[in-house]
Amino acid sequence: MSLRIVAVLLIGAWLAIASHTAGAIDPVEMTDPALQTRYRALTHELRCMQCQNQSIADSPVGLAGDLRREVRELLEAGKTDQQVRDYMRDRYGDFILFRPRFAANTLWLWAAPVVLLLLGLYAAWRVVRKRGALVATDSFDDEATRS
Amino acid sequence: MNRFILPAGVFVLLVAVLAVGIQRAPNKTVIPSALIGKPAPQYLLPVIASSSPLQAVQFDSRSLAGRWHVVNVWGTWCPECRVEHPVLLDMAREAALPIIGLDWKDDDMAARRWLESLGDPYDVVVADREGRTAIDFGVYGAPETFLIDDRGVVVHKHVGAMTPAVWQRDFLARLPARAATTGGSP
Repeated sequence: MSLRIVAVLLIGAWLAIASHTAGAIDPVEMTDPALQTRYRALTHELRCMQCQNQSIADSPVGLAGDLRREVRELLEAGKTDQQVRDYMRDRYGDFILFRPRFAANTLWLWAAPVVLLLLGLYAAWRVVRKRGALVATDSFDDEATRS
Repeated sequence: MNRFILPAGVFVLLVAVLAVGIQRAPNKTVIPSALIGKPAPQYLLPVIASSSPLQAVQFDSRSLAGRWHVVNVWGTWCPECRVEHPVLLDMAREAALPIIGLDWKDDDMAARRWLESLGDPYDVVVADREGRTAIDFGVYGAPETFLIDDRGVVVHKHVGAMTPAVWQRDFLARLPARAATTGGSP
């Protein structure tokens, strides 16, 4: 029981520290709240190229900081969200976008889940149909084996 | 027996797709450059060191127009840059084409000390103190080395330390026969 309390306290402490450091990475507050909201959203959908599995909003490395500065300056210069994304993609490729666009070279990325889902549905349908066929012949088989 | 054919087929297909994926991405830390085949970014940056006796305060990338050249992104804070430095010195001795050093987010004095103690392979070294030109080049980690052709188009980018084999295979082999002899210092 006491072990559980210790565990809860440890997790609580870790969460407190984690959320604190996450906030400390990017202390930027833009004066315009609308810009700030867009800045938040954009920095969360751009990949940190050095750490790859973090967004530039979550990463403490130098390049992520530089890219956040670019985003901030582009927004302040009146660019649209799409223009900011295009600016980053022109330099770093589709890989920098956590939500890649729909294009010829990203087609598989978008189509694969749908294709896999359809394959799964087809497999499930086949199994159900086979089972149904088995049930239909079940009593007959039962009697045949019994006799 | 018949009912195993479809799942087995799907499994084999999946293995094939994944195998091809792994084969084609031998090193997933290397991300292909978005700039290949596109015009190289232009820059006007302060000069840290130059082989030219008339050392300008600033270097304009437009002065390289019409010439094949190499842009090497480095910094004194970058351990791999120290590893590749002797290779760069060999490349410079070969003098096949001008090598521009982009000193990325570095201290100018540290960079000058580095060049004095290890040797200077660059025709000109420019300081990208805020990392803006590096972002224009799509740099995500030093060292990175770009090959730029006489039309100012990025032909190739190498990520990581330069090696003699990479220099031969990915850079020199891409030069047209005559460009290799018309190089020089800017």
